[in-house]
Amino acid sequence: MLPAARRGGELTDELLQSGLWTDDMLERAGIEISDVPLVSVGGGIGSFVTADYLRIAGVAPDQIAVLSNIDFAWQTYEYLTGVSQIPRGERIRSDSASRPDNIWGFPSYGLAEAVHTRSLRPLWQLLVEPVGDDYYTPRAGQVFASLERESSRIGYPQMVIKGQVRMVRRRHGGGYFTILTQMPGAAQPRRMAYRSQYVHLAVGYPGLKFLPELQEFRTGYSDFHHVVSAYEDHEHVYQRARSRRTVILVRGGGIVASRVLQRLMDDRKRYGLETEIVHLFRTYVSGSHGPHAWSRRKGGDGFAYQGFNYPKSVWGGQLKVRMRRLEGEDRAAAYKQMGGTNTPYRRSWQEQMRTGRTDGWYRTMSGTVEQMMLDDGMVVSRVATRTGTIDVAADFVIDCTGLEADIAEHRVLADLLEHSGAARNPLGRLDVERSFEVRGAASGDGVLYASGSATLGGYFPGVDTFLGLQIAAQEITDDLARRGFCRRIGPVRSTTQWLRWVLGRQP
Amino acid sequence: MVPTLAGRIQTRLALLAVIGGVVTLIIVPVLPVPASVSLGDTYRNALLILAAVMVLGVGWEFVYHFLMQWRWEKDWPTLFGLVTLVPEGLLVWLVMRAGIIPGMTGTVPAPAFCLQFLAVWIVVWLVANGPMRVPFIRWRFRGGRLA
Repeated sequence: MLPAARRGGELTDELLQSGLWTDDMLERAGIEISDVPLVSVGGGIGSFVTADYLRIAGVAPDQIAVLSNIDFAWQTYEYLTGVSQIPRGERIRSDSASRPDNIWGFPSYGLAEAVHTRSLRPLWQLLVEPVGDDYYTPRAGQVFASLERESSRIGYPQMVIKGQVRMVRRRHGGGYFTILTQMPGAAQPRRMAYRSQYVHLAVGYPGLKFLPELQEFRTGYSDFHHVVSAYEDHEHVYQRARSRRTVILVRGGGIVASRVLQRLMDDRKRYGLETEIVHLFRTYVSGSHGPHAWSRRKGGDGFAYQGFNYPKSVWGGQLKVRMRRLEGEDRAAAYKQMGGTNTPYRRSWQEQMRTGRTDGWYRTMSGTVEQMMLDDGMVVSRVATRTGTIDVAADFVIDCTGLEADIAEHRVLADLLEHSGAARNPLGRLDVERSFEVRGAASGDGVLYASGSATLGGYFPGVDTFLGLQIAAQEITDDLARRGFCRRIGPVRSTTQWLRWVLGRQP
Repeated sequence: MVPTLAGRIQTRLALLAVIGGVVTLIIVPVLPVPASVSLGDTYRNALLILAAVMVLGVGWEFVYHFLMQWRWEKDWPTLFGLVTLVPEGLLVWLVMRAGIIPGMTGTVPAPAFCLQFLAVWIVVWLVANGPMRVPFIRWRFRGGRLA
């Protein structure tokens, strides 16, 4: 029989049950140890922008290991935008200066597009937004292309180690061990332990959660065809609508619902279809809403309107300052006040919906679904409205509600909560300091950081956005500079590094 | 950059002093003033006008901050930063004509005033909407605060 280390090591009971691992424990388990100063778990945009910041702050690529199960940083993002109806040519919902490939946000996407396309149109839009025109937003393809360029500039692919991260545990004597299973699914998976002083977690969304009645339908009928999630591939719905008259029930009032409506309405016009759309809102917004004149969001026709995921001042204005000072229930209440499903007001979408309402093929209703049944190939949703219960029959239901699963659904986060001293914040997610250090998870001179969706509910609200990930990366880099791991990016370093970015030279 | 009140004031003072100062130094020799006015007096007047924009501007920032409270996003669109040159320019002009700016020599012709004011305003506005982020990477996340 092969020695454990050659087989790839086993997670022994001793390891599984102990919250503090010694080097000897791993040796006994036959798990090979590899040393690297900083490990970033995830490998999506969150890991990428953090690695980008650190590289610009003078950290060499061999000082960072990005442990990831995806091939390139924007792979999951590209998949999710694709299935939720934002192909490369469509514009995402992100500000011109929120560039994950450029920590300065200059030149902005709008300026770059104007130069690239030799058109003044993007600049005009930037000048008059949001009063005289919709917000300028970049095309998905432009975002991916610029990420690719930056990835190659900073040597990101060399930092990535493919595999499935199983857990992060504190190390006796300081720092952490991160267990990575390489080649998951192989007959003999090889486990590696990465011993590092710093760990950064950016594992993304823990998973999708479906509304109970949708889940019951899908499992009860074993039917994943008629009731689909907008976050999964559901191209068959659009294909079917092209072959015959189709009734579609769209659920949700957020950005993804807007995208799905746009696709359905674009197809309807382009191919001369007879698609009928019933749009169900749980909370129907009929106009401006909010507690007082200084806190009122626009809305209408069911939707709450907002340019981006959060009010703009969350990323740098007075709302950011205010949230940074709030604790506990006060913070949770502030999140609730600014939260709620919303979507941008876009003139082209308004025009499409207006046409649909006038011509009678786009109808909205407000209520909650009590039950869903399959009847003669149609999905019947029993909707409780203010005026009574109504049965809505549709060929397909597209769920755009986008509920996120609890963080404990993610194996690494669950392990962290159970064994490494991490706790939950007022919104139930991972509790982090203003520097994005995970509270309670320090290990000697080692620090565990987290950014992204898992940390929503902290002192900074916009965590699950491009700019939010960069703000977190900046806080983490500044904290690491204070600890002596990298250099602080001051005005001189920032300017010289920006010039290197412009010239496409390595940091 | 989405400003806070402190950030507005700091950004205004810093940009007008540095960028506005440089623009003023460059533009003064070409300002359309009568030949009888010395270059020294033109510089003196131009710098006093710039100082007046800074001092009065602190007051304007309180007004803008107050108006911003009616916006859900608590933001200040790029266009607002440009068109506010109209009321601000008018106020500085009126204050100057009323003789309230101390130390001015003679009178400044309207074309010279407009040229200097517009040049300073537009360059400062352009810098605030992009290049400022290059040396100061934390500036936009701190509501425009530099200190």
